[in-house]
Amino acid sequence: MKSPVTFTLNGSESAVFVDSGANLLDVLRRGCGDLSPKYGCGQGSCGACTVLIDGEPHVSCLVLAETVAGRSVETTGGLASGPDLHPLQRAFIDGFAAQCGYCTPGMLMAAKALLDRNPSPTRSEVEEAISGNLCRCTGYEPIIDAILEAAKQRGAA
Amino acid sequence: MAIHHGRGFACINYPIGMNLGGDPSQALVHSTPDGKFKVTLSSIDLGQGIKSVGRQLAAETLGVPVEDVFVDTADSDTGPHDMGSFASRGTHRMGNAIIRAATEARAQLLEAAAEELEVDAPDLVTDGRGNIHVKGAPSRSVTVEATATAAQFNQGRTLAGRGIFLVPLSEVDSDTGEMTPVSSFAHAALIIDLTVDDETGEVEVQHINSAYEVGRALNPRLVEQQLIGGAWMGVSHALYETTEPYYPDRSHGPIDFNHYLQPGPGDAVPHHISVLERPAPDAPFGGKGPGEMCANPVLPAIANAVFNAVGVECDSLPITPEKVLRGIRANGGARPQGRPGA
Ligand code: FES
Ligand code: FES
Repeated sequence: MKSPVTFTLNGSESAVFVDSGANLLDVLRRGCGDLSPKYGCGQGSCGACTVLIDGEPHVSCLVLAETVAGRSVETTGGLASGPDLHPLQRAFIDGFAAQCGYCTPGMLMAAKALLDRNPSPTRSEVEEAISGNLCRCTGYEPIIDAILEAAKQRGAA
Repeated sequence: MAIHHGRGFACINYPIGMNLGGDPSQALVHSTPDGKFKVTLSSIDLGQGIKSVGRQLAAETLGVPVEDVFVDTADSDTGPHDMGSFASRGTHRMGNAIIRAATEARAQLLEAAAEELEVDAPDLVTDGRGNIHVKGAPSRSVTVEATATAAQFNQGRTLAGRGIFLVPLSEVDSDTGEMTPVSSFAHAALIIDLTVDDETGEVEVQHINSAYEVGRALNPRLVEQQLIGGAWMGVSHALYETTEPYYPDRSHGPIDFNHYLQPGPGDAVPHHISVLERPAPDAPFGGKGPGEMCANPVLPAIANAVFNAVGVECDSLPITPEKVLRGIRANGGARPQGRPGA
């Protein structure tokens, strides 16, 4: 059985038919064509699929798509405004915080949720905020540094 | 019950590439009609940076801006043959192939420009900013873009190049057993400082100091980042990760990320790196590439540091708290080895 679900995706209204029981990650990638959230494990333990729902980070592979009806979903696909990158994206690039890049969209969204509610986090608050996101390549250090740098840039702006 | 400090040291000489019937890589370079250059490879970039480094090498050789070069690693069906991304061979093998392909394409670029300017190709130079001009006479110039357009639409000429780099199979001398399986080695030395809790058996790596000799660091930030990430993986292999749990049996093995232990963001280890640059003669602009060796020396250095801290010799990985505690018990207590001069 398919049912219609309407929600806001990166600021624009989005309407899709979803299978009952479908998870949000699948609906974003296949239904909406937003490939920015990644499939890593499908069971909530890697964080690659992290998106924001009403500003809160969620692993979208464990969210029932029907439950986002009427809510606001943000993905990495909506972070930049036109050609202007989000300060987090800029800091990740400048700080070489991605190698293979597979964890990056999830890291960016977890970091955005943090900075939106806590604009000048400490190092351990950053570690805590991304503790649900696995990275196999970078050793985390450059990611933590980039998030702290983005916070600094946003504070200065 | 106490926390013991330990320091361990390890060195590595790491061979670049391999010797299974020869080790070739190929690259193709061609221009678009608007003077951009595409590099086609069959080896993939899984985060180690061959796309960035290949782009730099091609741009440098062609004499065009790096922004005008694009590297396509998409498809081993349509790309030229390559052994692959492994054995720390990418920068060295693919880099050399890219340089050869770009050299051939550059010769054609200069031929086409010579025809446009009605001069001889050997009299031409590139300025690296998208222009080609007569040596000593910068005003007699043509852009790379105009040259590429003219080559395609007026001259009927391709601006393209093929490159292969092959390290041939090295036969074993039947008398001496001697062979030359690789053409260059990278080197490193690494020091680990850690603590061991003799009550819990827990090992905590506190600091890594390392020196890496990787030829020329073609992209210094990428080299440093690859070394930091690789060392993290070394720590992870040394202390956490295993698909083959030794206790109690295989059926207790990890089946997902919740059971497969890895250090997280809170366990990031400060790592101070010195990169020593000694350009290697047969390497692309001297760069050998760090590759696998960024993880390898971490493991023996940690094992040595654990021995230095509590006198336990672990000869299997990972070095879990249980193994450390069993070792301490077998020795009748922690036996710090001390440090000369400390
Ligand atoms: S794919 Fe959702 S947490 Fe791994
Ligand atoms: S950059 Fe590869 S997993 Fe994080």
